[in-house]
Amino acid sequence: MIYTLCFILIVVGLYGIVVKRNIVKIIVGFVIMDCGVHLLLILEGWRHQGEVPILQKGMDLTQFISRAVDPLPQAMVLTSIVISLGILALMVALAIRLHERYGTFDIDEMRRLKG
Amino acid sequence: MERFLSVDLNLVIPLFVALPLTMAFLILMASRWLRWLPDTLGNLTLLALAGLSFLCLGHNVVYHMGDWITPLGVDLRLDPLAALLLIAVNGIGFLAGVYSIHYMRQFTSKSRYYALFLLMIAGMNGVVLTADLFNLYVFMELASVASYALVGFGCQHEELEASFKYLVLGSLATLLVLVGVALIYGMTGSLNMAHIATKLSAMPSTKPLVFSLALLICGFGLKSALVPFHAWLPDAHPSAPAPISAMLSGVVIKAIGVYVLARLFFNVFGVTPTLLWVLQLLGVVSMVVGVFLAIGQWDMKRLFAYHSISQIGYVVLGLGLGTPLGIIGGLYHLINHSVFKSLLFLNAGAVEYATGTRELKHLGGLNQSLPLTGKTTLIASMSIAGIPPFNGFWSKLLIIVACLQSGHYWLGGWAVFVSLMTLASFLKVQKYAFFAAASSTLGTIRKVPFFMSASLVVLALLCLATAFAVITGLSTPAFITPAADVLLKGVITL
Amino acid sequence: MSSERKPDPTPGMSLIVKTVTRWLKGFLLLYGIFIVFYGHLTPGGGFAGGVILACCFVLLTLAEGQRTAMKTLSKNAASELDSLGLLLFLALGFVGLLEGAAFLKNFIPTPVAAWFNLVSGGFMPLANIAIGLKVGASLFVIFSVLAALKATEKKEDEVPK
Repeated sequence: MIYTLCFILIVVGLYGIVVKRNIVKIIVGFVIMDCGVHLLLILEGWRHQGEVPILQKGMDLTQFISRAVDPLPQAMVLTSIVISLGILALMVALAIRLHERYGTFDIDEMRRLKG
Repeated sequence: MERFLSVDLNLVIPLFVALPLTMAFLILMASRWLRWLPDTLGNLTLLALAGLSFLCLGHNVVYHMGDWITPLGVDLRLDPLAALLLIAVNGIGFLAGVYSIHYMRQFTSKSRYYALFLLMIAGMNGVVLTADLFNLYVFMELASVASYALVGFGCQHEELEASFKYLVLGSLATLLVLVGVALIYGMTGSLNMAHIATKLSAMPSTKPLVFSLALLICGFGLKSALVPFHAWLPDAHPSAPAPISAMLSGVVIKAIGVYVLARLFFNVFGVTPTLLWVLQLLGVVSMVVGVFLAIGQWDMKRLFAYHSISQIGYVVLGLGLGTPLGIIGGLYHLINHSVFKSLLFLNAGAVEYATGTRELKHLGGLNQSLPLTGKTTLIASMSIAGIPPFNGFWSKLLIIVACLQSGHYWLGGWAVFVSLMTLASFLKVQKYAFFAAASSTLGTIRKVPFFMSASLVVLALLCLATAFAVITGLSTPAFITPAADVLLKGVITL
Repeated sequence: MSSERKPDPTPGMSLIVKTVTRWLKGFLLLYGIFIVFYGHLTPGGGFAGGVILACCFVLLTLAEGQRTAMKTLSKNAASELDSLGLLLFLALGFVGLLEGAAFLKNFIPTPVAAWFNLVSGGFMPLANIAIGLKVGASLFVIFSVLAALKATEKKEDEVPK
């Protein structure tokens, strides 16, 4: 059920990227889609009545492994958030430069490359 | 040669990723004090990588990063297919680097250019070598982000627009791939490719598996510019600086596009007839649409970009046939296309450097004013059009014969037709740019500098040299056959 | 060098914000360093700590104005720190390679008795420091470059309508 909500978030982001004409709205669509994908990835590690995957002093190791939530998706999402941050920075920088050159944020005005 | 071949591969394999990363940031850091550093250090690194990649031929090694055992850690796998692509990536990278010594004088900040270029090479080497799904995603992103920045390097109107379009579609592709990887992780609980293959061969084909396969096809199809997903290529490849166009069209769409598709479908998921049919369909549609859109172009680089789509269609068609001859033809055409397409883009860059324009209607008489560029463009055009004895002819012949052998007569017919249209299109380029009389709007023509001509000549000689791979037998070309055997081995389990 | 300086285009915020920032920046830096150093014991690590370190400098830029913040950490210095961080991380990886083992091998084995201490977890704290340095410097460079692109530059050629 929660996976469906994640997919709805992804589709909302996709709508923003595909339909909207303002560059800033396209960037916001990307951020929403990123959030949806990261949520989906974290939820892959869910365990019923699971505990935080942080080992503390005096914990039983086998008990810990059978109760803890999977930490690998969390590591994957951390990496992916960093990558998305890099891409977001590049997108925003390009948007600023495009605004300098064309004077507008509307992608319909930026159609010099045709054919 | 025995002395060289006994080098410890465990030292060499991580260097393919670590060396360009280190040198990229060294160049960024130290270029403020040493002006000559980007050119020399960048090209020396690329030369070292190209040399190291030749040492990797014929080995089959699994390297564990950090000495972690297989399902727990990240593996790097070097097999003949990876070695073949490493040679292509690093070789073409070195030649493009040498070309950019003089070409990039027109732009600012060579240190940032070489740093981004080395990062792109590090990412592509990582994609080719890795045996772990999420590591593949990370390296693919590294190469892609470096290439987005490089496409918009000179910050003019068209370059920024092309870079933004490429950025949006490329990031969409990456997100689709990430969703696919997430679903596969959910189904199998592991990220190591061999481990996933073991688990998937025990599972029946369920709906989530088919959905994740579809997402991966869409994502990597976007990266390799197959036809429903090709919209970014005709804008991004012409607007980039010429050595970057050569790299993009010559190796990037192959290393992070076609190679990953082949690796995932043949070695991890296992091919089924439906999957092969999908690849054949994508291949033939790309071939035909690419060449039809290319014929009406008057901008040289845009024409070459559309032809890239068409030739990648050939490669995917060859791989999609699934027969040994088809896969050999597909891989051989992949290597040949890297060589002659890079040569074509570097030639277009030389023409633009010399005359200041890329429009075919405004060029002319370049055979007299730029004789060396004229000869190399002629060699490249004959290669791509499939004229013997150049390399394009042999690989296209292999693909067409494989089509006919496996009973797909219509596909073979379309392949021949597309080849004829490619020939027509390149005859147009040759006529307008090189053989016709000089156009009246042509200004003064600058001489093409030494390093640019040097890499053009080396690539032209490579066009002839790769044709000699068929000396060991028409259906078993040297170097290609071991690589095809890796794909034909089927699913590689732990 | 002109004799009169142009007014700083980013004058910063009010006096209250400036005073509070001056008190808080030490604590912010300390918090960021804490998250980086204890990354192998508690949640956090290189990236999260690096973001907090960058946030401290961003706060300084917003509150004091760009010129004062550049005196504390100029863009060139941050760029050099950025490259230095990554080279440090790669050097840690190469130590493993030079010892004859694999790249990025953990070359500081930890006995079980030393678990849960600050000095434990192999070379993870060192890697965290390198990553924290790189991420902090990178984000600060991105912020200062984006803040410096002003829309008041004269546009050379307008797009003909």
